[in-house]
Amino acid sequence: MIPVNSVVDEIPARLDPESAEWIRVLAVGPQREAALDRLHGMLLRIAQREARRRGPRMLIAGPELEDLAYQAAADALMAITGKLGQFRGESRFTTWAYRFVILEVSAKLGRHFWRRPDVPLGAEDWDRLPGRFGFEPARESEWRDLLAALRRAVDTELTARQREVFVAIVVNDVPLDALALRHGSSRNAVYKMMFDARRKLRAALAANGYLDDDDSGRS
Amino acid sequence: MNGWPALDRFLRTDPRDVGCAQAMEMLHVYVDLVAAGGDAEERYPGIAAHLRACGPCGEDFAALLAAVRDAEG
Repeated sequence: MIPVNSVVDEIPARLDPESAEWIRVLAVGPQREAALDRLHGMLLRIAQREARRRGPRMLIAGPELEDLAYQAAADALMAITGKLGQFRGESRFTTWAYRFVILEVSAKLGRHFWRRPDVPLGAEDWDRLPGRFGFEPARESEWRDLLAALRRAVDTELTARQREVFVAIVVNDVPLDALALRHGSSRNAVYKMMFDARRKLRAALAANGYLDDDDSGRS
Repeated sequence: MNGWPALDRFLRTDPRDVGCAQAMEMLHVYVDLVAAGGDAEERYPGIAAHLRACGPCGEDFAALLAAVRDAEG
């Protein structure tokens, strides 16, 4: 992965008029309460839409899902007001603010995952991989070998921690955010572990002729 | 070309990939650029590479872009 400081380039010094107005009314003064109400309404609509879209996959619905959306909007509003001084005008204010509520919904759904009754703990369901990767039943004689090679590589090429993360995410379909919470880790740290695992596994499968042996490294 | 494109895509890594922390830190900037019709992928190739490979960040990107476009009506 590339270094952190190569991502950010120049930052616009001036705010667009709408963003400047948001900052002005949210800072202090008689319009602050009304502005907070308006912003909360906008955040809540986004939270509700996202929660309803992602909820069914996480087996959460009804009042519990609505509550999650309200909590996400409230927590996002608190984070936004607390970090108002950090808004640098790199984007429109509303886009910056909406990011908080989207990330809140993701985090809260990740926490909900572990309350599901069907969460796989310990078991490894390798039989779901052919479906996940679109292996056709008619070619089973070919992909059986590939799958066995992949399992061998998972066992021999990965560290214990990489194996645990790979099995949870790929084999048992545990969402990455939920796994990060479980490990007291971050999305970034778990992704990095998966990134390294993917690279090792691809190299092992390519070395054994199952995948093309090119190292362009770009998807 | 090999016979297992989905597995190949999943395992293939891009060295430009900036990771979740940087992608999420700049997500609002990236999304505004996309919404404005700019070439976000060319300007931020490391973020683009990450959003293609990371399911949760890709989903957050799509959600933020949808929220921005919805607000624009």
